[in-house]
Amino acid sequence: MAPITSSLFAISVFAPLGGFLIAGLLGRVLGDNFAKFIAILGMLIAVVFSWCVLGNMLHSGISSTIVPLFDWIHAGSFNVSWYLRMDMLSVSMLTMVTSVSLLVHIYSIGYMSHETMPTYRFFAYLSLFTFSMLMLITSDNLIELFFGWEAVGLSSYLLIGYWYTRPSAVAAAIKAFVVNRIADLFFLIGICVLFILSGSVFYDDIFHKIPELANTQYHLFSYGFQAYEFIALLLFIGAMGKSAQLFLHVWLPDAMEGPTPVSALIHAATMVTAGIFLMARMSPLVEFAPHVKMFIVIMGATTAFFAGTVALAQPDIKKSIAYSTCSQLGYMFVAVGVGAYQVAMFHLTTHAFFKALLFLGAGSVIHALHDEQNMFKMGGLSKKLPATCLLMWIGCLALGGIFPFAGYWSKDAILEAAWMSGSTVGYYAWIMTAITAFLTAFYSWRILFLVFHGKPRDQKIYDHAHESSFVMTLPMCVLATGATIGGFTLAPYYIGKYQLAFWNDSIFNAPTNHIMTLMHHAPYLIAKAPLALGILGIIVAFICYIAAPRIPVIMASGLKGIYQFLLNAWYFDKLYDFIFVRPYIALSKILWKVGDQEIVEGMPVAVARITDRSAKGISWIQNGSFAFYAFTMAIGLVVVLATFLIYH
Amino acid sequence: MHTVLLTLVTYLPLLGALIIFLMRGSSEEVARTARWIALWTSVVVFGLSIVMWSKFDPTLPGYQFDYQSTWLEGYGVSYHVGVDGISLFFIILSTLLTLVAILAAWQMIIDRIRDYMVAILLLETTLVGLFSSLDMVVFYCFYEATLIPSSMLIGIWGGPKRIFASLTFFLFTFTGSLFMMIGILWIWVHTGTTDIPVLMHQSFSGTVQGWLLLGFVLAFGVKLPLFPLHSWLPNAYSEAPAPTTLLVSGVMSKAGAYGLLRFCILMLPEASHRYSMLIMILGVCAVIYGAVIALAQTDIKRMVAYSSFSHMGLIAIGLFSFTAEGINGALMQVISHGVTISALFLCIAAVTYRAETRSITEFGGVASQMPKLALLGMIFIMANVGLPGTGAFVGELLVMVGALQVSFWIALLGGSTMILGAIYTLVLYRKVIFGAVVKPAVSHMRDLSVRELTILVPLALITLWMGIYPNSFLSVFDPAVVSFTSSGRVAELTSQVHTVAVNSIDTHSAVVR
Repeated sequence: MAPITSSLFAISVFAPLGGFLIAGLLGRVLGDNFAKFIAILGMLIAVVFSWCVLGNMLHSGISSTIVPLFDWIHAGSFNVSWYLRMDMLSVSMLTMVTSVSLLVHIYSIGYMSHETMPTYRFFAYLSLFTFSMLMLITSDNLIELFFGWEAVGLSSYLLIGYWYTRPSAVAAAIKAFVVNRIADLFFLIGICVLFILSGSVFYDDIFHKIPELANTQYHLFSYGFQAYEFIALLLFIGAMGKSAQLFLHVWLPDAMEGPTPVSALIHAATMVTAGIFLMARMSPLVEFAPHVKMFIVIMGATTAFFAGTVALAQPDIKKSIAYSTCSQLGYMFVAVGVGAYQVAMFHLTTHAFFKALLFLGAGSVIHALHDEQNMFKMGGLSKKLPATCLLMWIGCLALGGIFPFAGYWSKDAILEAAWMSGSTVGYYAWIMTAITAFLTAFYSWRILFLVFHGKPRDQKIYDHAHESSFVMTLPMCVLATGATIGGFTLAPYYIGKYQLAFWNDSIFNAPTNHIMTLMHHAPYLIAKAPLALGILGIIVAFICYIAAPRIPVIMASGLKGIYQFLLNAWYFDKLYDFIFVRPYIALSKILWKVGDQEIVEGMPVAVARITDRSAKGISWIQNGSFAFYAFTMAIGLVVVLATFLIYH
Repeated sequence: MHTVLLTLVTYLPLLGALIIFLMRGSSEEVARTARWIALWTSVVVFGLSIVMWSKFDPTLPGYQFDYQSTWLEGYGVSYHVGVDGISLFFIILSTLLTLVAILAAWQMIIDRIRDYMVAILLLETTLVGLFSSLDMVVFYCFYEATLIPSSMLIGIWGGPKRIFASLTFFLFTFTGSLFMMIGILWIWVHTGTTDIPVLMHQSFSGTVQGWLLLGFVLAFGVKLPLFPLHSWLPNAYSEAPAPTTLLVSGVMSKAGAYGLLRFCILMLPEASHRYSMLIMILGVCAVIYGAVIALAQTDIKRMVAYSSFSHMGLIAIGLFSFTAEGINGALMQVISHGVTISALFLCIAAVTYRAETRSITEFGGVASQMPKLALLGMIFIMANVGLPGTGAFVGELLVMVGALQVSFWIALLGGSTMILGAIYTLVLYRKVIFGAVVKPAVSHMRDLSVRELTILVPLALITLWMGIYPNSFLSVFDPAVVSFTSSGRVAELTSQVHTVAVNSIDTHSAVVR
């Protein structure tokens, strides 16, 4: 059983790579339809096989299996191989990622149908993106994970900058790549430190070594850190970049420049979830870093709140949803920080359904309105786009955490876990995330009301709107099903009574960490508060955008400072531009003009001038002939021979 | 058979050059024949060097294909050549890039083709000679001899400022190597031999080693170049025609790395180790300084030139980390950078040749006109950025692992190439390849020709090969590196490296080795 399962597993990982290579290299010759077919075929194989693997894993209870491919790097004591790791953590992610990605592929057929340029490149990139993420989640060692991690960065760069003739798209692509790289440097250093301490980068070896290295110190600034705290911090910085946490989130909203299906992939399946996954994968290490866990909780809770507030004020439908992702990722990190990795994975999975759904829904709206993204030009579209409207409602119900939709189950679990962790940071996280639950519901229904309800604000746009084709609505229906039933069907496995058998040791909770059982005993009021806050958010949104639409206008003009602050996303972009981008460009110019051209190059110029003067009138330098060179070299030879003769 | 192989690889190009030089006939005819003779010579030589690779047994210690014949017998000097795991890929890189340079010159060089081909083949002989010499005098002769053809290649066929570029290039390298000559003479005077394997076991007193090290570091530091000895580089790289630039940046600069390893680390380990931190800091300076300056460049070629300089810093860091991982990383960086930078210079040549300008602002939207170039260029810039899956990543990772065993800050700051490299590389790609086609120079561009593809596609495949299965390369030099670092004089010092490492990583760092 196991060998077959592992081959299915390997095929599932590599099928998208095949799709990428064939579609990308032959797409120009064989045409777009062929490329679409191949890319989707690859994804279909991946999905079918991944579900088979999942079924087999659940059925036979295989714990973790290594699928060896071939050696990679073998230098000195440093060894890495291309191995795949098949355990519940990777398989559950594999099924989710391939499934969402397949749906996005199918949806893209419809969405990209208006393109004038050939779209084979787009489908190839989508498959590459999926493959990168699959390499990341199925890695058996940290370097391989880093390969996937960086490949995800590359694919996102290619996809965000897909419309490469638009300067804003290319700028956003570079921003995404560079911001991620900043985090990745720390991540890679963390991996190297871990290698130096444990002598290996393979998960199993590291996890075996962990108990005996628990008291090791790492000295820096002549100050000793507990080594695990230090490593976990470096890994978390990496995760912050990929998962767009506060301070390193700036790339995510700009990533909207790519075609909308890309946003669905980035936000749901293939990119931002990587940070959460990393933390879950490294849970045996993170568990030994209590201070970093506290830091993670604080960052997560703060990001959730921050992004929630920013989403309130965005006029652009995609930006609003993008900040929502940022905020939801904050929730997941709160779960990670309190040690409830399973809950984080659960929210990651349900979030994948409804966030992909919301983005595809937004894409459907944008497509229908011929690339209009400003919500203040929409309105009343429920009559024109009934299916999209219904599906977006489902997505928002799930995002807002309304019973019995998927988000309710996972978000509640996070708040309960935060509260029951019993620490100060846990309470802080609870308060912040509870407030954010209100904000989430508010901005979700703000989107719904602005887009689908009320009166059309721009009659011309409204008249030209049309419902999307079947090929776009079908994937959304599948996701909507997931967003509706995903919560209560998966809860028993991910966080409920079957969790131990389901995860099968692929996630580690320290013996002293009982959060997974404690969280089910949260006080009644605490457990129900988020739902109440969510409903309150909907009511407030209804009042603001349907009943009394003047309120937000008055508030925006009355509290102009706050409104601008939120609209500009707390001025992070401007701040970074001011303290990093401009000084760097200035430094670059100064170093070049003064440092290199005047000082370093000045030296030889002075020398050359002397040579030139002495050689004036002699044509052999000007001709660049041998003679000069040969002559100087002959001097050298004479010296050598002379020394030999003298000293011999 | 084996000895003949190395001799053939070394002197066949010389023979080819001689034949071309002696050719008579109408200039057109001569040019055409010269091209073909040069091409066939370099193909055969490259093939023979691959045969060498296949016959090379990395498990054997010491030198293979070695050949020693008497020369200046009474003076302790002999013509001694041979190959070990370290030098093998320097030789293969030389033969590969010579072939690439000859193919690239096919269309790009139009006047004095015969002389050009003679110079390139001469350069090949001298390069292979210097990488295979096991005698310091032989090494010095080849090392100096590389200067004549390379200065000519820059000075005759280069851009508008070619004379100046050629002159600074020559003077800098030549001055640097004078210090090496003094060092070699000193060694010869005091030991009576210049045989490298013999000298590897010779230890000099501390002060003497320090002075010798200074001489060698000056010589090879100019070649690499090490910060701040790089002032010849921007002009030489940007003024030289692309086929020359790729040889100078791809192979000749690696002679600096080779020299630092062979003469400093392996022959003067005590002094090298004592000053290793200093050189690693210079390496970090090069990494950051080169990357920062690259961003401000307005000339495409200069931008890539500074990028090349920046990456050389990593090689210095890796070598002087005195760890097996670091040295392996540096060697991996040598071959991957050699391939990548050559390919990048060729890609640039492909667009600048068509647009007849090197100014970045004159481009934009090349992707629409040249999609094949855009794809290949993407692979090479990602290799330049050090993305996993390309050889550069393997090199950078191992250098980082090596550096981290010495100092956290060296590793972190040296690793900043991951960020800074990404910035200028992506900005370059955006300005040239992306955007809408508005500039007149771009609107008439045609995509890569078959000849250009036959050069660039194999280089792209090699780049990916080095990233996905670097063991093909590592397995050749790793045993040699490990044998140097785990036994003998270097090993005695690395235990001291560990005391440094222990300072920063406490007791458990001993687990590493």
